[in-house]
Amino acid sequence: MKIEKIADNLVLKNGTIIDPYLGKTYEGDVWIKNGKIAGVGNINIPNDSTIINCSGKTITHGFCDIHVHFREPGREDKESLQTGSRAAMAGGFTRVCVMPNTNPPLDTPESINFIIKKAEKCPIHIHPIGAVTKTQGGNDLTEMGLMHQEGAVAFSDDGLPIQDGAMMRIALEYSTLMDLPIINHAEDECLRAEGVMHEGKISTHLGLQGNPDLAESAMVHRDLELAEFTGARLHVPHVSSEKAVHHIRKMKINNEKVTAEVTPHHLFFNDEALRCFNTNLKVAPPIRTEKDRKALIEGVLDGTLDCIATDHAPHTIEDKETTFDLASFGMIGLESCFGAVKKVLVDEEGMTLESLIKLLTVNPRNIMGFDSDLFGEGIEAELIVVDSDQEWTFSREHVQSRSINSPFYNKGLSGKVIHTISCGFITNN
Amino acid sequence: MMLQHKHLLGLEGYPAEDIQTIIDTAFKFREVLDRPIKKVPSLQGVTIVNLFFENSTRTRISFELAQKRLSADTVNFSASSSSLKKGESFKDTAQNIEAMKIDAVVMRHPTPGAPKLLTEFIDAVVINAGDGTHEHPTQAILDMMSLHEKFGKLKGLKIGIVGDISHSRVALSNIYGLLIMGAEVTLCGPPNLIPPFIKELGVEVSTQIDEVIEWADALNVLRIQRERMGLGLVPSTREYRAMFGLTQERLDTHKKEIVIMHPGPMNRGVEIDGTVADGDQAIILDQVLNGVASRMAILYLLCGGKSSEGDES
Ligand SMILES: [Zn+2]
Repeated sequence: MKIEKIADNLVLKNGTIIDPYLGKTYEGDVWIKNGKIAGVGNINIPNDSTIINCSGKTITHGFCDIHVHFREPGREDKESLQTGSRAAMAGGFTRVCVMPNTNPPLDTPESINFIIKKAEKCPIHIHPIGAVTKTQGGNDLTEMGLMHQEGAVAFSDDGLPIQDGAMMRIALEYSTLMDLPIINHAEDECLRAEGVMHEGKISTHLGLQGNPDLAESAMVHRDLELAEFTGARLHVPHVSSEKAVHHIRKMKINNEKVTAEVTPHHLFFNDEALRCFNTNLKVAPPIRTEKDRKALIEGVLDGTLDCIATDHAPHTIEDKETTFDLASFGMIGLESCFGAVKKVLVDEEGMTLESLIKLLTVNPRNIMGFDSDLFGEGIEAELIVVDSDQEWTFSREHVQSRSINSPFYNKGLSGKVIHTISCGFITNN
Repeated sequence: MMLQHKHLLGLEGYPAEDIQTIIDTAFKFREVLDRPIKKVPSLQGVTIVNLFFENSTRTRISFELAQKRLSADTVNFSASSSSLKKGESFKDTAQNIEAMKIDAVVMRHPTPGAPKLLTEFIDAVVINAGDGTHEHPTQAILDMMSLHEKFGKLKGLKIGIVGDISHSRVALSNIYGLLIMGAEVTLCGPPNLIPPFIKELGVEVSTQIDEVIEWADALNVLRIQRERMGLGLVPSTREYRAMFGLTQERLDTHKKEIVIMHPGPMNRGVEIDGTVADGDQAIILDQVLNGVASRMAILYLLCGGKSSEGDES
């Protein structure tokens, strides 16, 4: 993948423009002048323009992923803000929110500022999510107000569930001061116990310790009740079970401040895929049954689940090339995201491409309070060019992350991001 | 190759005809074990590593004896899993062993799937001697051989497996093997020690041991680990004995012919009474001898390709 500075005058010519903000699809050109949108539709192309022929391709907003782990500071051997940015651009993402479970964790205004400063040198927009509790220890509230002033866009102890219900209540109450979302990795640690995969028929076959869907749904239910009680904004990350979808659907009827995300891997795989003990599929919460997968799809189709987020979680080869109990939880997901979700939701489930794009653009941006009118004149170009019909097989060459722990190798995907334009750069994927 | 699979990782999906071949071969080796000179040259020149990441005196001795009876060269490698966590990675251990040019590895490991992972790192034949709560295929084969010895068949037999099913690789391999061979299986134990999805494997579940005794041709009584007693999973030893123990009184009230098995080591007076274990209906010591014969058969069938047909003189 090549990343270059964009030309002073760049024209994306003859593409199908999908504007997920206005909800319009039309043929036309996009003129980008000095990195900013200068015109959209039928435009008079300046003489010195660099022209990219986009006929047969889709031009749309850059994707936004509100749940990634870029491991900086602390584990730059797995990923850094720079290498994570490349992975993001390979997948069409121009904006990401990084989780605070770094080393040290992002639990002070100073550490939020560290990310903001380093992100300035990256070719995508990176927003830090601050920790809810100091050291992610689950006991003491962080300086949320000051972290917000430094640029934190949400709060989460992701990776570690907020086990104590009273602590979760306090966090939600306090967050109303900033009106930012609290994102709780919902897994009851007692019910999860030593579980390494979904508890069901397959875990029984394999003799692996099961992690029941109840571990997720019981805590999601608790969080939903607390969110309603406090009036705070709750965002439920990586929903994996039918039961959790059900709880969220019910609560959303009366509470529009609740939002939820789903990952490509939970939409793409079911627990049958773990039969060969592939540690790249070891993830928290776990990949569940086909019935759960179908329920997640239904949740996406009826709006219960608002957006797609990858939970991009890089790990070293050594972390994964080991026995199942010792292998780390998590998988990379930025590069394979669009091809995977487009295949499942559009090709298999009949969703429109426009609706899918909203799940990757406007919807996650709304959750985090980012502007969504990206085709407006004078706006910094944050766009992608997509070949939505391209069938391709995911392989190592598509990975830009510093880590390679993907379960998507040799999987047929559908729809590929060709160019990503962000922060004055353009990629040739 | 005399069996369809290069390795013996587990009995899930294992071909019935291969299980039968192993059992038939095991009976031939059993004859060898009854002779004054109990050694055959079948695996001369074959090197086997016994790689044990977990203590297991019985299984290891059984394998070692089987290897010696077949004239194989053996090396023992023991590593506790805790030292593995800190030090050398599993991959490094595996590759070191591979570099020493050995023909087969017999492995015991606390983690399900570890033998499968081993096959990805080495070329040698891998025999699973127990992987965590997953499988223990050689135990199931010796159990089936013992049943075959007693009943002359496996098809149609009614087998009860009693005890802590959730934490038992013996149960899982027995379930796979017995169902493949056409037997019926009913599991019996405390409800919280029976996995909720186990019925999907094709077995029945009962919590009433007396019902299972009435129904079964044979009972395989599993060891209930004392560590689980009083730790939330089992309220107490006496309660377990009262509800699920194969006591002499209980057996006497049923007045029926039933074969009693136990994979060992036993907790006499807990899951099984000493008098039952030592009684006429028990075949527990036959299981031990058949264990050596079964493992000889498995080693011979999987590693015997290089040497000439073992003439048993
Ligand atoms: Zn999480």
